[in-house]
Amino acid sequence: MQTQNKQKEMEARIAIIDRIGREIARPNADDVDIKARFPIETANALREAGAFIWPIPVEFGGLGVDSYELAKQCAVLGQYDASAAAALAMHHTQILSAVHHANGNPALQDYMRRVAKENRIIASVTSEVGPGGNMRNSQCAVERQGDRYTLTKKATTVSYGSYADDLMITARKDSTAAAGDQVLVIAERGNFELKDKGVWDTLGMRGTCSEPATVVAHGEAWQVMEVPFADIATYTMVPTSHLFWAACWYGVATDAVNKSRELLRLKARSMPGTTPMGAHRVADLDAELQSMEHEVFGMAREYADAIAQNDNEKLGGLAFAKRINALKLNCSKKVIAIVTEAMATIGIQAYKNNSPFSLSRQLRDAHSAVMQVHNDRIQQTNASILLVHKGA
Amino acid sequence: MTTEIYTRIKDVLASHAELNQAADSLSEDDDLFAAGMSSRATVGVMLGLESEFDIEFPDAMLRREVFESVRSIANALETLRG
Repeated sequence: MQTQNKQKEMEARIAIIDRIGREIARPNADDVDIKARFPIETANALREAGAFIWPIPVEFGGLGVDSYELAKQCAVLGQYDASAAAALAMHHTQILSAVHHANGNPALQDYMRRVAKENRIIASVTSEVGPGGNMRNSQCAVERQGDRYTLTKKATTVSYGSYADDLMITARKDSTAAAGDQVLVIAERGNFELKDKGVWDTLGMRGTCSEPATVVAHGEAWQVMEVPFADIATYTMVPTSHLFWAACWYGVATDAVNKSRELLRLKARSMPGTTPMGAHRVADLDAELQSMEHEVFGMAREYADAIAQNDNEKLGGLAFAKRINALKLNCSKKVIAIVTEAMATIGIQAYKNNSPFSLSRQLRDAHSAVMQVHNDRIQQTNASILLVHKGA
Repeated sequence: MTTEIYTRIKDVLASHAELNQAADSLSEDDDLFAAGMSSRATVGVMLGLESEFDIEFPDAMLRREVFESVRSIANALETLRG
């Protein structure tokens, strides 16, 4: 009975995301894309629905929604606007970094209560001029004076930083620490400035507004999280970002396949009794999408279960790291292949920008999957894991 | 545990860990990650230890905690060498 109720609650929340996607994200998606602007209407609707705080445990004012369901939500929204879905995905990775690693710290628990009460949106500042996209290295360092900290970071990208309430910033523990000896630092609105902002003018994913900026932040000592960032990265940030992004890509791929199916039905109706040309390719696309679905949500289930069971043995092992990296590699390539093939099955109507079957935005969005984070970096990591790891 | 094992581990660290201090100045319990060893360098250390001690780390041992200090590495080697 309880399981049934939980299932119904999950379905109800996913239906809310679907409605927001259909009614708000999709009608605005082209404008977001053309102007490279943040999907503010969608973000506001998600905020109003409480979606940003669903992962916070019930005792701190959220609903304790797990990563499996969050991945489902990212996928649903990804069907309507990949930029909006990516913002939701990145926020969830940040909020889970607090949820999974608060470790009974009363100040962090209070922070979660405040995020829940005020529906705060959190953005991430991990990349940096110098280390680039290597999240596990920082140049900047936290400076502490008494119970205060200050931090300045030259970030190569700060996604939706201008719209976020809070930032979570990686930095060296102190000015004498090694590049890999990092902490995660929370900076709340009013306590940070984004200086020398650059321009985010990209092929796709234009609505994430991931401009370069120099982040100048200060705050209280408790906002420098005690848990080493190495642990937050291993147990939460790396797996959830790969999972939620992969879910977004699955959403984009679903959108493309749905369009090709829709056109196929239109063709079939216009000439009943014959199977339209290209129908077998749509069947193949549908099969590809199914394998992507199994990969994304199989891993999401596995991760959510391991978190629920506190299975740090599994989450901290190289086997899991390798598999979650492989998920990213596979899905980033699959989304491009699926959208490209869907475009070919639809034909000129998908190639046009001004057609209801256009896949222009989806194709451009899909191409970012390979380089955010770059597959070269992930392949290199998995290659080195394969040098020492023996099993599957 | 003999100091000879510690010395041999430190030799491997000196060659592969990319530490920001001299490996022989490490105490047995110093945190190697805090001393600058990256996760990428850890793989080099693992391979270096496998070669130096003629062992193979089983997958279950390929964990951050096992490689966080000279002592934790020595404990792992002792388990493996029986």
